[in-house]
Amino acid sequence: MSFIEVRQISKTFKLAKKKSGLKEAIKSFFKREYIYVEAVKDISFSIEKGEIVGYIGPNGAGKSTTIKILSGILNPDKGKCIIDKMVPWEDRKRFVKKIGVVFGQRSQLWWDIPTEDTFLLLKDIYDIPEEEYQKTKEDLVEKLNLKDIINIPVRQLSLGQRMRCEIAASLLHNPEILFLDEPTIGLDAVSKQLVRDFIKRLNKEKQTTIILTSHDTSDLETLAKRIILIGKGQVLYDGSLKKLKNKYETERIVSIKTKEKLEIRNKGIKSKKKNGEGYDIVIDTKVITISELLNIISKKIVIEDIEIDNESLDNIIVKIYKDYKI
Amino acid sequence: MKAYYTYFKLKFITGLQYRSAAIAGISTQFFFGFVYIMVFYAFYESGSGSLPMEISALSTYLWLNQSLFALINQFYRDPELFDLIKTGNISYEISRPKNLYLMWYFKLLGQRLSNVVLRFFPIIIITSLLPKPLNFTLPVSPQAFILFLVALSIGTLLVVSLSVLYPIIALLTMNEKGIVNIFAVVADLLSGVVIPIPFFPPILKMISRVLPFQYISDLSFRIYVGDISIQNGIYGIFIQLIWLFITITIGYSIMRHNIKRVVVQGG
Repeated sequence: MSFIEVRQISKTFKLAKKKSGLKEAIKSFFKREYIYVEAVKDISFSIEKGEIVGYIGPNGAGKSTTIKILSGILNPDKGKCIIDKMVPWEDRKRFVKKIGVVFGQRSQLWWDIPTEDTFLLLKDIYDIPEEEYQKTKEDLVEKLNLKDIINIPVRQLSLGQRMRCEIAASLLHNPEILFLDEPTIGLDAVSKQLVRDFIKRLNKEKQTTIILTSHDTSDLETLAKRIILIGKGQVLYDGSLKKLKNKYETERIVSIKTKEKLEIRNKGIKSKKKNGEGYDIVIDTKVITISELLNIISKKIVIEDIEIDNESLDNIIVKIYKDYKI
Repeated sequence: MKAYYTYFKLKFITGLQYRSAAIAGISTQFFFGFVYIMVFYAFYESGSGSLPMEISALSTYLWLNQSLFALINQFYRDPELFDLIKTGNISYEISRPKNLYLMWYFKLLGQRLSNVVLRFFPIIIITSLLPKPLNFTLPVSPQAFILFLVALSIGTLLVVSLSVLYPIIALLTMNEKGIVNIFAVVADLLSGVVIPIPFFPPILKMISRVLPFQYISDLSFRIYVGDISIQNGIYGIFIQLIWLFITITIGYSIMRHNIKRVVVQGG
């Protein structure tokens, strides 16, 4: 049995359907129509202790719903979920002591008071012994660079500063599992880097199991070795990021700057387009490698300059979403 | 238990930050206090029939009412809890290893107490200096004062147990405004915050007798001014405790049965 075991979880939401306009509003007052949306259906996966798993999918795919179910704040309609021998929504109080949650779009810090006061509240909520609290707090303050901001009322913090405090607040009780729902949303490059480095270190030093959702592909690239791709409420891919990348990273665009005319017809060349100062050639790297292509071209014409477009994870994900029609 | 106390403390401390709100509150209370007293004074002067309370006792009653208004009025709603529900920040509250009802209860209690401590003393001090019989006076006896403190404390717990129902309603219905507004108006009226209960017509008196609202503040104020005897006061406190038990049980069990059904919407 794995540390986190999810079996065929489903959740359907009932939404009131209402067309715009006064007439429709009056009509819906008497007779309301509902649509049922299956936010997640038959989701299964298992996660071992100490793993970092990236949970990705387009908006509305069911990521947050899954996180809510796993963290015990939402009841699924069907299915089983056992985390560290507990059912999150049944053993709620006992279970939530072991987990930390960061919802990037929400806040757990008290708006009017300094972060440290919220920390003290959390210390009592989680019954953290004084000694352990001091130790964990100092550690977090140092690693997340909070020293100068911990005594400022939260409303005066910048988003990046606040997010660092939010993460620290979720970790005061040394949880075994950390759920991060878009932790880097809206952060600048430096803050993102800091948050990522911190998460990585946390996982390494304390073996914290981390489940992360993000639309920022570089989050996933730096953090998650394994990703679970979800779309329309179903798991579409579960495996290493590398494998997924390899599968889709077969197309490369080679831009060639030249004044001459190029005639080329080889296997593996998918398209050739004239641009301002030369050509954009799309190749399938499974059939023809970049060096082979350059070899062929350089025999025919003089190349002034070349540019090879590295397929970004963003593009790959766009392709995956298209492929899976999600 | 310590966590709930910390909730209370934090709310209390936070509330104390808002000095300008307190000053605004004090002036409002003075204004209302004077309007009320003038209206009643006009009644007394015109000598219209037999009146249930001495003017001096009534003045003290009304000033208690105004100075403790932030503690006892039903209309007050803590915007924070509604924001939690509407923004979805309640996700965090549900993911705490503590009882949500008690967390909210102590938050509201802290909020109300912090609202009142800043307003109470200035009003009491200034109104004691007013000319007789419009001034605030000392309690009728030391025993009455002690009983007043007991009844007021339980009344405070009672009003919080009622106002914690508002966010619970919001949790169930998403929009609490309609129900809560009606409830608050009726509750305020029947609690004697608007007109002291001795001045009620018999039918309203009867209605308010079978409801919890008059036990919020009216009981303690009338003990203070001697309108309710010590013996009747003790009997009243007994009923107060029963109501407190009932209202807490209702809130607690609604919360317990519905917390699993809460759906935090949005991403």
